[in-house]
Amino acid sequence: MPQNIRFVEIAVAGGGPAGLCAALEAAAAGARVVLIDRNEKPGGQLVKQTHRFFGSRAHHASERGVNIAREIAGAAAAHPNIEVMSAATVFGFYEDGVLGVEQAGRIFYLKPSRVIVATGAAEKSLAFPNNDLPGIYGAGAVQTMVNVYGVLPCRRVLMVGAGNIGVIVSYQLLQAGVAVAAIVEAAPRIGAYWVHAAKVRRAGVPIYTGHTVKRAYGERELAGAIIWQLDENGQPVPGTEKDFAVDTICLSVGLSPLVELLAQAGCRLVYAPQLGGHVPVRNAELETSMPGVYVAGDAAGVEEASAAMVEGALAGLHAARGLGYVQPDFESRRAALQQQLHSLRSGPAGEKIRAGLAQVLAG
Amino acid sequence: MLATDGIPTAADLAAKMPSPERLAKGPVVMAECFQRIPCDPCMHTCKQGAILPFQDINDTPVVNHDRCNGCGLCIARCPGLALFVLDYTYSDTEALVKIPYEFLPLPAPGQTVAGVNRSGEAVCTARVVKVTAGEKMDHTAVIWLAVPRTMAMEVRHCRIPERGESIG
Ligand SMILES: Cc1cc2nc3c(=O)[nH]c(=O)nc-3n(C[C@H](O)[C@H](O)[C@H](O)COP(=O)(O)OP(=O)(O)OC[C@H]3O[C@@H](n4cnc5c(N)ncnc54)[C@H](O)[C@@H]3O)c2cc1C
Repeated sequence: MPQNIRFVEIAVAGGGPAGLCAALEAAAAGARVVLIDRNEKPGGQLVKQTHRFFGSRAHHASERGVNIAREIAGAAAAHPNIEVMSAATVFGFYEDGVLGVEQAGRIFYLKPSRVIVATGAAEKSLAFPNNDLPGIYGAGAVQTMVNVYGVLPCRRVLMVGAGNIGVIVSYQLLQAGVAVAAIVEAAPRIGAYWVHAAKVRRAGVPIYTGHTVKRAYGERELAGAIIWQLDENGQPVPGTEKDFAVDTICLSVGLSPLVELLAQAGCRLVYAPQLGGHVPVRNAELETSMPGVYVAGDAAGVEEASAAMVEGALAGLHAARGLGYVQPDFESRRAALQQQLHSLRSGPAGEKIRAGLAQVLAG
Repeated sequence: MLATDGIPTAADLAAKMPSPERLAKGPVVMAECFQRIPCDPCMHTCKQGAILPFQDINDTPVVNHDRCNGCGLCIARCPGLALFVLDYTYSDTEALVKIPYEFLPLPAPGQTVAGVNRSGEAVCTARVVKVTAGEKMDHTAVIWLAVPRTMAMEVRHCRIPERGESIG
């Protein structure tokens, strides 16, 4: 067993919008927080989002994601109660509540009184012949290369998936000067918000709903892809093939919550496809089946940044209260946050989330 | 259809169009936002109170076109880039279409560009009358395009022509 274990009040694993807001809320109540994020700078998905966010004005809507990240990460870095560890990965969550952390090749251990897991989600893949050719990426990977590192890995792209991520990354690739040959979507309807779809459409990108990739081709690297139509039973229709000469395919076929740490901690997980996969059972305070272990953001169910921020704040508020740090306006703050979550999820776009939550909310 | 190919239908558009009487009076916004999603910056941006208060963050904007003075502040604030200002009083032959634009290079005032419709097709030539950009607009420029009056309901984007390309 490790020699040096550092005791801390609250540890937050993951420094995206959920983790940052959790840390800020708990710190505002007076708790001392250690925030651990494996990227060089915190912000999570937001650091590569150059588009204006939808959502509520109260949660930075209409601001570009990258600026929202800068704001809340700056607030966390400046807070005297928050210690931010960047380029640090939480690699283990042991029975005795100890977290193993790796940073720059150094390993150390934390023993927090409360843990908030806000690790976000990972991209799913898609099976089709030759999907291992160089030139086939997750859309998020290409987005990171282009928007974070300024590297253009492609000239002409086929985007697979017409959800918000596929459509938004297509738009950002157009802005970077990349040709987007088409967006292909197996479902009969576009999953992205229609305003985003309309924006890429008028920029000249055709969207093929009810189509999927038949196969990719190329010798040593991707040279193109063939798509075909799906009938109402989801079966491909021979004779409907279309051929696109592209050097890159971006896959944007959904995210699955990163729940490994929660699983290791012994939290009860439930499979909720509406939330992206296995997610922890939790109560309205975001506490999982393991007392003192909280979850927030995409790790709790793939949703949006606004909801991730509010969930993070709720988790932070309650984790702090559990340690005796109670803000004077605790009740009204809690009610306001719950109301915000409720209203974000109340429309048709929140239907899936509501159905998923019905399966995972306990007591 | 928006849900299947990203293109609004004539019926979708008819529901959002300012009346012919209002269009004849001067610049006015057309909010091409057709879907209930949790998003509200337009309503908070309008200083005229022309975008009516939302009951719920998922509401689509309802515009009182008589209150709208066509200032266009909302154009660059809409995360969906779905708001456009139309001005049929610009001249006898041309109307102005003010569009949000987030590509570089920006076209220059006086330049001739392709007027592009909602399907991404170049449908006419358009003359750039004005380009507003700047710190406050945070990289969303607003471009004023003079287009033939018959094209004002069609053109929603523009493209700088390739060298040697001839447009519509
Ligand atoms: C292309 C795209 C466009 C989007 N557009 C919008 C939009 O317009 N509006 C909107 O509201 N939402 C949008 N979203 C969604 C939004 O970005 C996410 O819902 C949000 O970032 C989730 O926040 P999070 O904090 O839960 O997770 P993330 O932002 O994913 O952050 C998780 C963080 O945890 C870190 N981490 C993971 N595991 C560990 C570990 N073991 N140890 C240490 N650190 C770890 C990760 O590196 C990451 O920094 C978009 C997403 C994408 C991909």
